[in-house]
Amino acid sequence: MHVARRWAAILFVLVVPFVAGCGGRDRAQSISIKGSDTMVILGQKWSDEYMKAHPGAVVAITGGGSGTGIAQLINGTTDIAQSSRPMKDAEKQKAQEQGGGAVEEHAVARDGVTVYVHAANPVATISMEQLKGVYTGTITSWKDLGGPDRPIIVYSRENNSGTYVFFKEHVLGGADFVERAQTLPGTAAVVNAVTQDVNGIGYGGIAYSGGIKRLGILGVDGTPVDPTEETIRSGAYPLSRPLYWYVSAKAPPAAHALLAWVLSPEGQAHVTEVGYFPIR
Amino acid sequence: MPAPPLLARPVDHRRRRIDRLAEMAIAASALITVTGIVLIFVFVFREALPVLFDRETQLEANLAKFFSPGSWQPVSDVPKYSLLPLLIGSLKATLIAVLTAVPVAVLAALYTAEFAPRAIRELLKPVVELLAGIPSVVLGFFALIVLATGVQAVTGSPTRLNAFNAGLALGFSIIPVVYSVSEDALRAVPSSYREASLALGASAWQTAFRVTLPAAWAGIFAAVMLGLGRAVGETMIVLMASGNAAITSWSAFDSIRTMSATIAAELAEVVVGSPHYSTLFFIGSLLFAITFVLNVAAGLMVERMRRRLAGA
Repeated sequence: MHVARRWAAILFVLVVPFVAGCGGRDRAQSISIKGSDTMVILGQKWSDEYMKAHPGAVVAITGGGSGTGIAQLINGTTDIAQSSRPMKDAEKQKAQEQGGGAVEEHAVARDGVTVYVHAANPVATISMEQLKGVYTGTITSWKDLGGPDRPIIVYSRENNSGTYVFFKEHVLGGADFVERAQTLPGTAAVVNAVTQDVNGIGYGGIAYSGGIKRLGILGVDGTPVDPTEETIRSGAYPLSRPLYWYVSAKAPPAAHALLAWVLSPEGQAHVTEVGYFPIR
Repeated sequence: MPAPPLLARPVDHRRRRIDRLAEMAIAASALITVTGIVLIFVFVFREALPVLFDRETQLEANLAKFFSPGSWQPVSDVPKYSLLPLLIGSLKATLIAVLTAVPVAVLAALYTAEFAPRAIRELLKPVVELLAGIPSVVLGFFALIVLATGVQAVTGSPTRLNAFNAGLALGFSIIPVVYSVSEDALRAVPSSYREASLALGASAWQTAFRVTLPAAWAGIFAAVMLGLGRAVGETMIVLMASGNAAITSWSAFDSIRTMSATIAAELAEVVVGSPHYSTLFFIGSLLFAITFVLNVAAGLMVERMRRRLAGA
């Protein structure tokens, strides 16, 4: 009897905090956006401008990588996922099965994946074949690219990055990255590493490439194509790609209103301000 | 009619009730701590189970693959799940951390316990222990921006972020615990040991190195174990300072990818229940087991030392 009462009291102490912690969450007006690190600056710009123009709307935006955003969309913990790679069919199906409902896909901006090197590096262009060689490990010296006889230090992204997946598919043809490749969290970290490393090479969205040397990519006919607005919008730059928003059908109306605004001329005007290009 | 008891009953009753309540609150606190730890382990291990028992998961990730040579490429057309590069990475960083931090920490402890004047001792210990309060993300940031550049300038290593850089930064993070526990162990050596040694004509140095240090060895060993445990599990520093490339190599100047950093970098992205997910939890269980063994070993050593000194 006594022992039972004591245990009941202990149980009570244990349970109360949990019960007290539940309930009381209000997210009626807030829209959550998660995903691509490449697109964080873009989403941040949009949400700032949108909240300015629409008082009362609350947009919470975080990065983490395209894979993170998509996983959260599947798990139903975000309204909108930003992604720098298309969502796989298996993932769309998974989202439907997990009760998130159908997922809408919208291209919201254009980007060109840019190859960065140190400012003191004499190499100015690289072919797709050479780029693949560098990132799969068959080319290990700058000498093979017309530079000095120094080792190439390869910087890459974590495997939750959409840019990682895009690069793997479009440059490496699905092959694995060389083991030596150092994986860094976020494009900003890659840019930072390359600016500090004379022998470094890295890749990432064009919006991050201010103040760092970009390599031109040699086309099939041997003429170099620099990542510029023209070449990226026309698709002449081999690594140009769309950036996506994935919106869950179950997302609140506010999220759909935000999407409509982002695709409107007003929303698209802000794309150029952060360094990407409008979709149309 | 018997006389009433000298003490008024109600007071006695109330006090006893307060006592019992306090006792229950303390028991509940202890229970919360222990259940918390048990639940964490049960959860982590349960999520790792498919790797051991689920047929479908095992087609992609299984124990044989984990411990055979290969590479760590979990996101790939043909996923590769060798844990050896990660184990080697953790081992390299931890070894470098211990090799650089332990001599400094133990000698500092010896100085504080044996040679330092009282005023310095009372200043030194809290200051070193303050070092433990530096958030590891700050240490990692320092290693990423400042230390890496210095290390590269001195060693001429082609890779800026490497095992040595991460190990040095990890060393900073374990110095406080190794120092603090070693110092306690040295101070616990009865002064009769020192007095006997000095009386036999030994110098202060001889006494410190040949008498006090050996007498406290079990406690110092425990300090090293605790430092090892902290270094193996430390995440933020290695995530930022090591380059995170899963290479199977024993060179201290190659980049490494540790077990803890792998979990931190990849867990946010995996689809729940996938082989990759279970594998990350398996790595977590492995880390848990390693630190558990190290901590138990440290505890046993401290106990052993206490008993030996008490018996002396």
